[in-house]
Amino acid sequence: MDLCRLTIHEAHELLMKGEITSMELTSAVFDRIEEVEDRVGAYITLVRERAMTDAANADKVIMRGQGGALTGIPLAIKDVLCAEGIPTTCGSKMLGNFIPPYNSTVVDKFGEANAVIVGKTNMDEFAMGSSTEHSAFKPTRNPWDLTRIPGGSSGGSAAAVAADECIAAIGTDTGGSIRQPACHCGVVGIKPTYGRVSRFGLVAFASSLDQIGPVTKDVTDSAILMNAMCGYDPNDSTSVPRDVPDYTEALQTGLKGLVVGIPEEYFAEGLNEEVAQAVDSAIEVIEGLGATRQPVSLPHTEYAVAVYYLIAPAEASSNLARYDGVRYGFRESGADELIQMYRDTRSKGFGSEVQRRIIIGTYALSAGYYDAYYKKASQVRTLIMQDFTQAFETCDVLLAPVAPTPAFELGEKLEDPLAMYLSDIFTLPPSLAGIAGMSVPCGFSGEGLPIGLQILCKHFDEEKLIRVAYNFEQATDFHTKKPNL
Amino acid sequence: MKITKDEVMHVAKLARLNLDDNAVELYTKQLGDILTYMETLNRVDTENVPSTSHATFIDSAFREDEVKASIPPEEALANAPQSEDGSFVVPKVIG
Repeated sequence: MDLCRLTIHEAHELLMKGEITSMELTSAVFDRIEEVEDRVGAYITLVRERAMTDAANADKVIMRGQGGALTGIPLAIKDVLCAEGIPTTCGSKMLGNFIPPYNSTVVDKFGEANAVIVGKTNMDEFAMGSSTEHSAFKPTRNPWDLTRIPGGSSGGSAAAVAADECIAAIGTDTGGSIRQPACHCGVVGIKPTYGRVSRFGLVAFASSLDQIGPVTKDVTDSAILMNAMCGYDPNDSTSVPRDVPDYTEALQTGLKGLVVGIPEEYFAEGLNEEVAQAVDSAIEVIEGLGATRQPVSLPHTEYAVAVYYLIAPAEASSNLARYDGVRYGFRESGADELIQMYRDTRSKGFGSEVQRRIIIGTYALSAGYYDAYYKKASQVRTLIMQDFTQAFETCDVLLAPVAPTPAFELGEKLEDPLAMYLSDIFTLPPSLAGIAGMSVPCGFSGEGLPIGLQILCKHFDEEKLIRVAYNFEQATDFHTKKPNL
Repeated sequence: MKITKDEVMHVAKLARLNLDDNAVELYTKQLGDILTYMETLNRVDTENVPSTSHATFIDSAFREDEVKASIPPEEALANAPQSEDGSFVVPKVIG
């Protein structure tokens, strides 16, 4: 048995029965990393020694009969989440030497659950990108086709899960950065409702949008990770004080009585034929399981790219002002005066996409342009939110594509930022509305590239996402396919 | 042209970034394309539409003002590019 291929729940069962140990499981994951990582490039940092120590401890916990759902499970963490003592680079030269003195709340929760951290995964610098090509260190390659991008910005996490270089992973999603790479790598990803997961210890990109979520091999695992991650945290004033349900209770057969909305704007011109067919077939499967289909309209969808690429850079330009070469991170030496030191440091420390977004954001917020750009975008954001509110008055969930095409080639959109931005069209509107979204594998292109189905629900209704995704998964076999690496 | 080179250089200065001539040229073109695309928003009537700055459900998050343990100074300084006597060191501020 190839242990690295196991899901969380499969590994948990074997660990509890004493058939395997976490040491064996963790070793198998590192063996797999040794085998494929030079081709995939999913990780920025690996912490083998520490992982083996954690695995040995987890085995003791299990021996005492105190093991939980995540005890001894090797997880990969996107390199945007602080883990005490492990470099946290954000895919940037700016934080290339940063070692956090504290844990993010999510990492803390995994520690309490005695999960094993394998390493920190590659990402677009400061989570800005849709391809992971904007990492300051290296691109990550799609395990299904090494000439293609894995999606982004959580491309390292999605590729690591798809390539069995971990059992499951954590990503973050600001405008699609969990759902789109999950889609392109043929794995499951959830962007929870804004406020559902504490962001304490998450390096901020766009604070009104950022959210942390699971990237997993199947739907059951995503429910297990949601149970471990969600909940109010006094250290994050945007986390919502609200009870966390047991998401695994949503893993129940049957969709009878459920109304699924199909937003017409997500099936308009420009959608790749194979993606359209795979998503249509998925909708039919879900109908066949007892759900009722209903057409809906989200009329402001076409404005989401413009709204997002004003609001997110505006927030980023403010959040990234903290990188000034004084308290942590990179400093360019040589300047004999403070302001010049700031400028030298930021110009050398940030890559081109980050600088581009800082300039867009600063421009959109600057005197004379604020009303025309930032304020206008914030108003249209309200209309996008209202579209969803109306749709959810008659529907339980919405079904749509995740990305307009299967994974594109490395380099294909690197020189054309606007073309890259437009590829996010289907994941941006839910992010702007703060609702939850999920990507589940629903097919393959003729070239063998994974295609994902996006499921959306209203705020704090993630159980419905999981229920629909679980039923779809049980009725299909896309999630059982593995890339031929 | 939606944005001029001078505007790009001005914004770069506000954002504390140095841009060389090639970068100014490239960003002026790319930002011009991007801002032209943003004009699609002008088609939307937003009169009397309130702004949304946060997709959250909390107005204010209050808590008790309690003294709690914090990171000790040596740990807080451990990541600093330059520090001395428990302080961050920067180049001179006033010439």
